[in-house]
Amino acid sequence: MIYTKDLSKTYNGTTVLNIEELTIPKGQSFGLVGNNGAGKTTYFSLLLDLIQPTTGNITSNNVVVDESEDWKPFTSSFIDESFLIGYLTPEEYFYFIGELRGQNKADVDALTAKFEDFFNGEIIGKKKYLRDLSKGNQKKAGIVAALIGQPEVIILDEPFANLDPTTQIRLKQIIKDLAEKQGVTVLVSSHDLTHVTDVCERIVVLEKGNVIKDLETNPATLKELEAHFAGGSVVSQEEE
Amino acid sequence: MIKHFLNLEWKQYFRSSYWQKNMVINILMVFFALYFVAMFLGLGFGLLFILKEMYPEQDPFVVANGFLFYWIIGDLLMRFFLQKLPVMSVKPLLTLPIKRSTVVNYVLGKSALSFFNFLPLFAIIPFSIMLIGDGYAVSEIITWLFALIITVLIINFLNFIIEAFSAESELSFLPIIVVVSVLFGLNYFEIVPMTSLIGSGFLAIAHHPMLILIPIAILVLCYGFNFKTLRKKLYLDSSLKAKVTEVNASDLSWTERFGDIAPFMKLDLKLIWRNKRTKSMAMLLLVGVLYGLFFYPQPMYREMTFMSAFIGIFSTGFFLINFGQFIPAWDSGYYKLLMSQNIKYEQYLRSKFILMVISVVLLFVLGIPYVYFGYKILIAHFAAAIYNIGVNTHVILWGGSFNRKKIDLDKKAAFNYQGTGAVQWLIGIPLMLVPMVLFGLVNWLAGFSAAIALLIVLGVLGIVFHKKLMKGITKKYLDSKYKMIDAFSQDN
Repeated sequence: MIYTKDLSKTYNGTTVLNIEELTIPKGQSFGLVGNNGAGKTTYFSLLLDLIQPTTGNITSNNVVVDESEDWKPFTSSFIDESFLIGYLTPEEYFYFIGELRGQNKADVDALTAKFEDFFNGEIIGKKKYLRDLSKGNQKKAGIVAALIGQPEVIILDEPFANLDPTTQIRLKQIIKDLAEKQGVTVLVSSHDLTHVTDVCERIVVLEKGNVIKDLETNPATLKELEAHFAGGSVVSQEEE
Repeated sequence: MIKHFLNLEWKQYFRSSYWQKNMVINILMVFFALYFVAMFLGLGFGLLFILKEMYPEQDPFVVANGFLFYWIIGDLLMRFFLQKLPVMSVKPLLTLPIKRSTVVNYVLGKSALSFFNFLPLFAIIPFSIMLIGDGYAVSEIITWLFALIITVLIINFLNFIIEAFSAESELSFLPIIVVVSVLFGLNYFEIVPMTSLIGSGFLAIAHHPMLILIPIAILVLCYGFNFKTLRKKLYLDSSLKAKVTEVNASDLSWTERFGDIAPFMKLDLKLIWRNKRTKSMAMLLLVGVLYGLFFYPQPMYREMTFMSAFIGIFSTGFFLINFGQFIPAWDSGYYKLLMSQNIKYEQYLRSKFILMVISVVLLFVLGIPYVYFGYKILIAHFAAAIYNIGVNTHVILWGGSFNRKKIDLDKKAAFNYQGTGAVQWLIGIPLMLVPMVLFGLVNWLAGFSAAIALLIVLGVLGIVFHKKLMKGITKKYLDSKYKMIDAFSQDN
């Protein structure tokens, strides 16, 4: 589904991302973890053609993303609050995204109705602009907007940050369902190791732009990741 | 403590990316400031002679005092629209071990150092010097000077009191309008002769220095009132909280007839109506309609036919210029979203194009009454409208592809230069100058009808080649996609 080859991004001589090869099959829930500056958001931005790769490229469903725009109909994403249009209400925002993805109001209403629990009554029908919602509620709206129009690839950057515990648990279920039942390829990044291990079948650890671990999730994965991040510096010193 | 505050202030000013990135704007602002200073200095030095010339048999000092009322009213009105109490900047200080009263005093004290308070000094001080030079008693004039400086500060703090009230009322302009019009009305209908009252008040202070205690008392009262209200408001849930506005949803289903661009049209209309900066820009439409009234009533301009072409371009294109010059920066806040969504760039741009065309037609129709000043004016406006639709819309869309400056929609428009770059200045040349020169030249060589015909032909050509032109413009936008995303995601 998503194939990355020789991808690198360099700013003023500093390489912030360098991935030789990475294949994400269809329907996989894929987790990306790493400390600040590891290159997670850079990778997602490259995947969405928001920045240009220095070398190499990403192919999504046989479409080279920086050459053609044909990946757009089946890809959706929520990276940060700059993906929201502040002066719209959540409903208007959903309808707008819906119209861009060929969904009418009824389709959008049917979809958002499924997320009543997730919204916890704080999003729909509140007569508030998105810019006036709390950070957590903005995030909820953004995440649900990314689910509109049956996308085949969904990219969520730090979806768990700023959410309350109940919502985090619900979101985990939503993401699992997407991958398992609907065959959607979900790409998630997070700082929270527990969440990623709960949700993702596969976890890739980035460090300074390089893939340093690629794990199939099993009961021992969380321990392994915790050990890695706790003693990261110690381990690397020992190796030298 | 003061030292810390001053240090913060200094850093805030010079480290703002505004200052560092926008040298041209800074130079321009300094130029404006110097211009005003020069104007006031000229007024200060020249006033005595002007008054002697205009009122030969009266005492110029007494006459000058008679005008003080109008100055106070004007200053109050101007400050209301341009000067705001810098409350938000103290938010980080609240959790630090600083007394609340210190913070309040700091905010209020800072406002006393505003440019608005220094500007009148450039007129008052030279005028006082001239008066002394003319033989008035030094002690009287000095007292008078101090009384005026105190008055400036009173106006400063009075303005904040009015603003505090206006923040609470629904119609925010109401308090200032009420205050100013009541004062003006009292004076105009001679119920209370404010002009002479204020005038003789200042004269009395000049003659009896002890009376200066009265303005000082008023100043202390104003300051005290501000201090009390502000102290109460320095909590996160009152004035420091950003305002939450109720949604005003309107039925925009009529846009559906525009087909595939309807979603963008709806978005653009909401953009204009729901954000401070675009809203105040839309209000400027009125200026566009009334623009001709500055010129046409004067016979001098009516004879210069080429002027009507210029006024036509400007007044029918007022919205086009103001809105168009910041495409696509209006959408800079969520540009990444648009770029990762399933959209056609061409539709996005065509929506803006249609919007501008509608505005030109609307402004032309509203401007039809100008026919009162001569049928030629109407013809010229018509030609200008066609030119705007056919040529200027495309020019400004093309120019937009060079925009690299983010716009924060929540700031208001007057004196807001955010998002302004070299593009906005340069685009004026093809937009205004070229049609004016062409029109003037042909008008001079071949007459009025030929010049009108030229504008119309150019406009029609633009309309005929609309599809082709849009293709080229769309390509230009696509080429600068990454640069725009990068520029728009940077905070100012």
